[in-house]
Amino acid sequence: MKLRVEVWRQAGPDTEGHFETHEVDGLEPHLSVLEMLDALNEQLIDAGQEPVAFESDCREGICGACGITVDGQVHGPEDNLPACHQRLVGLNDGATIHLEPLRSACFPVVRDLIVDRSGLDELIRAGGYVSISAGTAPDADALPITEQVAETALDFAACIGCGACVAACPNGSAHLFAGAKLAHLSMLPIPADEREQRARSMIRVTDEIFGPCSYYGECARACPAKVPLAAVAAVNHERMLAGLRRKL
Amino acid sequence: MTLGNRVRDQLGRITSRTPADTSVFVAPASTVPGARVGYDLDGRVPAGDPSTAWDRRRAEYKLVSPLNTKKMTVVVVGTGLAGSGAAAALGELGYDVHAFTYHDAARRAHSVAAQGGINSARAKKVDGDSLQRFVTDTVKGGDFRAREADAFRLGAQSVRVIDHMNAIGAPFAREYGGTLATRSFGGVQVSRTYYTRGQTGQQLQVAGAQALQRQVARGTVKLHTRTEMLDLIVDAGVCRGVVVRDLVSGQVWAQPAHAVILASGGYGSVYFHSTLAMNCNASASWRACRHGAFLANPSFVQFHPTALPISSHWQSKTILMSESLRNDGRIWVPRTPGDSRPAGKIPDKDRDYYLERKYPAFGNLAPRDISSRAAKEQIDSGHGVGPLSNSVYLDFSDALHSLGREAIAQRYGNLFEMYERATGEDPYVVPMRIAPGAHFTMGGLWSDFNQMTALPGLFVGGEVGWAYHGANRLGANSLLSACVDGWFTLPFSLPNYLNPLLGQPLPGAGDACVRDAVARVERRTAALLGVGGSQAASKFHRRLGEIMYRGCGVERSAASLTQAIAEIADLRAEFWDDLSVPGSGAQLNQGLERAGRVADFLELAELMCVDALDRQESCGAHFRTEYQDSGEARRDDAHWAFVSAWEVDGAPQGVADHALSFVRHAEPLHFEAVQLATRSYK
Repeated sequence: MKLRVEVWRQAGPDTEGHFETHEVDGLEPHLSVLEMLDALNEQLIDAGQEPVAFESDCREGICGACGITVDGQVHGPEDNLPACHQRLVGLNDGATIHLEPLRSACFPVVRDLIVDRSGLDELIRAGGYVSISAGTAPDADALPITEQVAETALDFAACIGCGACVAACPNGSAHLFAGAKLAHLSMLPIPADEREQRARSMIRVTDEIFGPCSYYGECARACPAKVPLAAVAAVNHERMLAGLRRKL
Repeated sequence: MTLGNRVRDQLGRITSRTPADTSVFVAPASTVPGARVGYDLDGRVPAGDPSTAWDRRRAEYKLVSPLNTKKMTVVVVGTGLAGSGAAAALGELGYDVHAFTYHDAARRAHSVAAQGGINSARAKKVDGDSLQRFVTDTVKGGDFRAREADAFRLGAQSVRVIDHMNAIGAPFAREYGGTLATRSFGGVQVSRTYYTRGQTGQQLQVAGAQALQRQVARGTVKLHTRTEMLDLIVDAGVCRGVVVRDLVSGQVWAQPAHAVILASGGYGSVYFHSTLAMNCNASASWRACRHGAFLANPSFVQFHPTALPISSHWQSKTILMSESLRNDGRIWVPRTPGDSRPAGKIPDKDRDYYLERKYPAFGNLAPRDISSRAAKEQIDSGHGVGPLSNSVYLDFSDALHSLGREAIAQRYGNLFEMYERATGEDPYVVPMRIAPGAHFTMGGLWSDFNQMTALPGLFVGGEVGWAYHGANRLGANSLLSACVDGWFTLPFSLPNYLNPLLGQPLPGAGDACVRDAVARVERRTAALLGVGGSQAASKFHRRLGEIMYRGCGVERSAASLTQAIAEIADLRAEFWDDLSVPGSGAQLNQGLERAGRVADFLELAELMCVDALDRQESCGAHFRTEYQDSGEARRDDAHWAFVSAWEVDGAPQGVADHALSFVRHAEPLHFEAVQLATRSYK
């Protein structure tokens, strides 16, 4: 099948961007939108033109590297799927597909479809870790964790860090990302020991870099890891607990 | 005394025929044209009982005082499970660490994609597990082509790995009583695999990346994202830093260091279609190899039996479907070649459940190398299914019939979904189609027992190295080896190397070794940009993959390898004649990044074929059709019980006459704790 691709080109963060139109032939419905970009890029390079810059790595939906806006939707038309799993099945031969970078004030464009998501790592550096050094951990069986707690912690820990939640949010909020990390670590006995400090620090940085949460819920619909919407509530839950504990 | 001499003095000779070696090992001559036999390598394993080797070695290691660690600079290339662990652990000890990744975030490294689990010889259950059994399984699973003492370290340290990863946030699966849950994996008869659903790699990788970020926040680790290592700084035979390219600005710069750790992963993507990520490449290890770090057993590549077949030109990879599917799925092909009836219309009597037929004891759960080979045999003899006749059926209809759809959905629901998304076929209705896909490279940079390569100052961790897995890796041992190297081996062995270097200034920008290294990178970049041809690097990569699957794949023969070597040389010549890299080096240029990686693959591929052609036996995943006993690998311990560690020489890339020459050094292998035996799964 053949597609008409309207794709965003932008040389750098400080230059103006524009849409460019190309035609790509020889596609098949079960290819992903990223494989379609592979095809377009090979065609461009063969013709001596610069390829469309985009990020992608594992192509199995787990690394979180990919993230583009397809026809106005974060990652693509299907909910809860990363771009690497968004297939061309819904498109007819000759249809037009519209590709842009993730759109958020917190994610400046680096080039073409690549954006800078380093704000998410700043959040992790603010406390999204556990202060245990190599070799000093107690026996993993010493503190039992019930099956249910481990599984629920994993629901939150499943976040792949792609930034879709921020891009989907009208406010550019990272509450789903931050809340997933806070909830995941607060549920496990050793990581929970520093939960108040972690919450205070991470929430301060969230408020500084990203927008506030108004409970639109767009984040959970876009999230390819299906992180539960309850994560956004975890932010305020942890904020309140940290506030209470400080006064004790 | 030069630095090189001082380092060598302190370490003793890197390579030697030690007088104690009275077994009179003589490496066989190489039959490969242009390949020479070098010297014997000493793996520097402490003499005596291999089970206590690591404890004894640790007790001997020299230390760097906590007051001095901040004066020592260490570069870590790669932030996967091994790299982030090493960088975080060294940061915790106070070293001045520079960590590099070409990703935008440390967490994205491909360790993230491992599914099944991580082995640990905790041996708490009463199922007969023990450290000795772990070592036996690992050494035997690897078909006796790795060091025994390394396997003991892997098993012994595996206990702390689980404790540590649990403490830093990996939510391991738990029993209802709250204790750690385990499951079984291929090639073993105990239950020692710890897991977090089907995303164990992700949870360990994210925990490791967080530990790394903790050190970044503390200021001990400087993390350089979107920065790719392109060369090593080598001064008088000693590695003293790296040269990198900022992938956004294109700037090339040097980071000197007292020691460098490569944790840059395996090279399976040389096959183009593989289970690896799009950016996985061999450039870091190939650069090291070109500087005198040897590549060990480069032809030992694991093909995963349950990958998705290639069904169209633009399909970018062979997505991995977990090995666990083989617990309930039955593998078969039509009995008659070319039988084009749909699967459901082929009655039982016309089906060949070939694994169950050939390996009744293990059936559909035969080890990976054996299952892959059996599938290839069926496909090659015309029994393959699917539009391109390049796959075999993995059929759940019996399990669906006996257990019901709900039970199957509970076990494999997410995998069935992924399969349907990728292929458009519903595996509840029609059988899955699977095929072997390049997956894990057991071969890698040769290192001694201290994880140091033949290039002093250069260490390895994780899949980039060669240790532990021999000729075939057991499932769930790869996450373990990356964790053990990063968190619990390198933090011990590196200080021993650094100790005598205290007070040694780092080379500066003006020093010849740094200027030369930067100039090499700039020349190579210019060469890639200057070809001015008409074909994208991805086209050469795809063609190289076809050559490699055909010539150096699941099965190899002298004829297929000789042909592949010739084809690779031709393809390499065509690459340097007709490559197209639009744009410049002073910008974000993914075409240029890809071109550099493919240029290295085009050289590495030749060495892989040379190694496979040189080794005149079959072992594990290395199956030479000439050396078999009716389909089973025929190992030759009398002549080939050693590790081939290849030295490579040749003109720099982009120079007209681009022939490589190869020298095979050998580290003899001895087995004391595990008796040499023939693997059998019948």
